[in-house]
Amino acid sequence: MEGDIVQMGAYIGAGLACMGMGGAAVGVGNVAGNFLSGALRNPSAAAGQTATLFIGIAFAEALGIFSFLVALLLMFAV
Amino acid sequence: MSEASGEGLMFHPMDQFIVKPLFGAGPVHWYTPTNAMMWMMVSVLAIILLLVIGTRGRAVVPSRIQSVAELAYGFIHKMVEDVAGKDGLKFFPYIFTLFLFIVFSNFLGLLPKAFTPTAHIAVTAVLAMLVFLTVTIVGFVKNGAGFLGLFWVSSAPLALRPVLALIEVISYFVRPVSHSIRLAGNMMAGHAVIKVFAAFAPLILMSGIGIAVTPLSIVAITAMYGLEILVAFIQAYVFTILTCVYLKDALHPHH
Repeated sequence: MEGDIVQMGAYIGAGLACMGMGGAAVGVGNVAGNFLSGALRNPSAAAGQTATLFIGIAFAEALGIFSFLVALLLMFAV
Repeated sequence: MSEASGEGLMFHPMDQFIVKPLFGAGPVHWYTPTNAMMWMMVSVLAIILLLVIGTRGRAVVPSRIQSVAELAYGFIHKMVEDVAGKDGLKFFPYIFTLFLFIVFSNFLGLLPKAFTPTAHIAVTAVLAMLVFLTVTIVGFVKNGAGFLGLFWVSSAPLALRPVLALIEVISYFVRPVSHSIRLAGNMMAGHAVIKVFAAFAPLILMSGIGIAVTPLSIVAITAMYGLEILVAFIQAYVFTILTCVYLKDALHPHH
């Protein structure tokens, strides 16, 4: 009986971890949107900043990936 | 991993990541030839073929394969020079090797029935730990104790500096973790999503609702596949450029 509750908690937790996906979406969208609005104001400077854009996206996205990892750990490791 | 096949699905979406021995079904030792080992060797062979055949002719007007080799070389060379600076170019062979290995593993993993070594944290953690150790050792060899200036933000007010130093130290040691999990997580998540849709595709053979679900899932697989091609390249690019950023921190640790 106790094992069932633990299993249920793990599944609920894995589902809750999906909320991190929304956070990563907001973060990546924020980075890309701000880059685009800046790039349209000064298109000549935009090409030099694409590397910074990808670094920013990578940092924002990594935290979303962490929540995916938590979901995986709850599903398969706990 | 729990049981191999879920109840509803014909196969578990995570089954593709199981490391299996190539011959027989015995236990996996460190010397057992596995599918992970095979696909890593395939990507190394492909890299060697690309670079050896690509540079064999050394034509002034490059052939197609030579252009690909030159483009990749020039792309990474420029990235290292732009981000890490001129003195970072000493590490160009290492960074180019990293980039080629990751990009080939990612792309070869997109073949149907293939195995993606970079979707395993064991593989990416080794790559990221090597980068972390290299960068830390280079930082201390180049700058001595001055490398610790990386953690002491001299432009901040004095009262804030110890707090910032603590945050900087934590973020420094989280680097290998996020560096490896970003690559592995991206590859794993994308492949798992494709497999989830693939599990819905044969529904038309089983029940009436499949008439609606099967075309939708085939379209979704196609779309996700296109996205995955993009992600495969971008994650290799991100891994490489973060290596360059870390290298720049090691070579010029002052804020």
